[in-house]
Amino acid sequence: MASVKLNDIKKRFGDVDVLHGIDLDIKDGEFVVLIGESGCGKSTLLRLLSGLEDITEGDLYIDEERVNGRSPAKRGIAMVFQSYALYPHMNVFKNMAFGLKISGKDKAFVNNKVMEAAKKLKIDHLLERLPRELSGGQRQRVAIGRAIVRDPKVFLFDEPLSNLDASLRVQTRVELGKLHQELKATVVYVTHDQVEAMTLGDKIVVMNKGRVEQVGAPLDLYHHPKTQFVAGFIGSPKMNFLKAKISQSAPENTQLVLESGRVIQASVDSSSLKQGDIVQLGMRPEHMALNCESNMVEGKVTLIEHLGELSYLYVDIGQEGEIVLKVDGDNQHQAGDQITFGIQPNRLYLFDHQGNALTRVNAHTSAAIPL
Amino acid sequence: MKLLSRLIPSSGMRQVPKSVTVHAVLLAYTVIALFPIIVVVINAFKERRAIFRDPLGLPDSDSFTLVGFQQVLLRSDFGLYSWNSLVVTILAVGLVLLLGAMAAWALTEYKFKGNLLITFLFAMGIMIPIRLGTVSILSLMVSLDLVNTLTALVLVYIAQGLPLAVYILSEFVRTIPKELTEAARCDSVSEYKIFFCVILPLLKPAMATVAVFTMIPIWNDLWFPLILAPGEETRTITLGVQQFVGQYVTDWNSVLSALTLAIVPVLILYTIFSRQLIRGLTSGAVK
Repeated sequence: MASVKLNDIKKRFGDVDVLHGIDLDIKDGEFVVLIGESGCGKSTLLRLLSGLEDITEGDLYIDEERVNGRSPAKRGIAMVFQSYALYPHMNVFKNMAFGLKISGKDKAFVNNKVMEAAKKLKIDHLLERLPRELSGGQRQRVAIGRAIVRDPKVFLFDEPLSNLDASLRVQTRVELGKLHQELKATVVYVTHDQVEAMTLGDKIVVMNKGRVEQVGAPLDLYHHPKTQFVAGFIGSPKMNFLKAKISQSAPENTQLVLESGRVIQASVDSSSLKQGDIVQLGMRPEHMALNCESNMVEGKVTLIEHLGELSYLYVDIGQEGEIVLKVDGDNQHQAGDQITFGIQPNRLYLFDHQGNALTRVNAHTSAAIPL
Repeated sequence: MKLLSRLIPSSGMRQVPKSVTVHAVLLAYTVIALFPIIVVVINAFKERRAIFRDPLGLPDSDSFTLVGFQQVLLRSDFGLYSWNSLVVTILAVGLVLLLGAMAAWALTEYKFKGNLLITFLFAMGIMIPIRLGTVSILSLMVSLDLVNTLTALVLVYIAQGLPLAVYILSEFVRTIPKELTEAARCDSVSEYKIFFCVILPLLKPAMATVAVFTMIPIWNDLWFPLILAPGEETRTITLGVQQFVGQYVTDWNSVLSALTLAIVPVLILYTIFSRQLIRGLTSGAVK
């Protein structure tokens, strides 16, 4: 196992800059998730780490050794691909043993390694099968097994769960989490699914257009996003954003006016801004409540999505547009109902016109819906 | 009606006229393709006079004879000719497959200077028939001292088969997911091992196709054996048969018998490759 350090890593494809200088420290045994929209450079970054793609500029250290220009084989990494990339003409055992055999390890050692990994992943009864005779989940395990047997310093996962169906994805996600606890391995994991990122990562790296937006622990990102992009990315359904104007800037209690003239109180430090500045007000669907007395807003329900334990209400609040509420599944509202809801001042987020977050004061950091 | 639909399991009666048409066309083609071969085979077992009296008739007790086969097997070096043909064909096809797959892999996988130029040269090789260069090939072989050797034939046939092989195999290499080679690289497998252990096994069905394409023209070729290796020791079957064709008299019994015998080895090779071919096709279809 090893630490990984990225120092101002840049990547250019021809004239196109894909990564604009990435700095990142990954500690030994840490599970780091790279997340971002498609095309943000997260997979490219992973390929730079693996050595399948050359680094244009910057330094990459694995285990305190500079590994720029080294082949994947000499970096001590193992990669798990989205499409599994199992060798179709080899059975499961051969797939897992291939790398070891090629590097000239003796037969007993290889057998031991493969059996051990296969038992760990509960695929020891499938060793004789060909990849095409396996289900998606089983193939994914074989791909992970192929990585494990090599005892790599760093595991690289490239969206490993996105080819699985929903229920299998949850199951495999849990297993991956357990596996990481067991192996205590350094992992870099690329995904565009924020649930995977939140549940698996010790540390999440949010990327946007070839830059790192924010690095932090999952709950850190949830409660204290540094930018509007991060705030919108973490959390499901997405955070609601409303345009607002500052009517009274203050270090603690900022007063805002929405486009319709509604007045909102937010526990945010806005002393850097002045009256009349335009800001974006952020409200998480799960923080708004039907029985909350502060910052009350009324609107008409346009659509309800029932998920069982909870429901999503899409509410038209007039001039400002539509916002989403996450409410208890038992509520009896129907489309067309007129409702009033509110949100605590200390659950609000504010972003200036550049998308940078303003500091939240006394931020409420419990995610539960206040019922 | 019921019986008919049961006989043709594909969905509904709508399919019947279509499938009848398709089969009619295929049958017609098969008859046309097989007709000359059948004529050769049945006449090989007939007396000379019977061949001319009724070329399409089957041999009966009067006209049946094995004299042609006796002539071919006892009075000529038929064994040697077959052996020569077989050696040349197998070596040439084997090398075309190996070199073709290597070139196809290199040209599609690696980016290097001159990549496009080499691809273009191979494409030219498909378009320009190699026989146009016969004179220079002959003078080249003379100066290399390779005239009247099987090596000369093998070399020429490799040059003849390679362009199309590279072209077909390149298309197949492109369908192999890139992740496979990347996974192998992460597995610390060398580029040569990647080619031989990962790529080559996956190219098997394509290589069977190429083998069939390459093999038949080589086996049937008369031109290059006649020019480059006409010596008694290096004659191939097609050239060997020519000794029965005279300027004034042709020993039809022997010619037809020799041709009949010449079909057998190539038929065996074809069966081997085509089985591989079908296996490849079906294993790819059912994912």
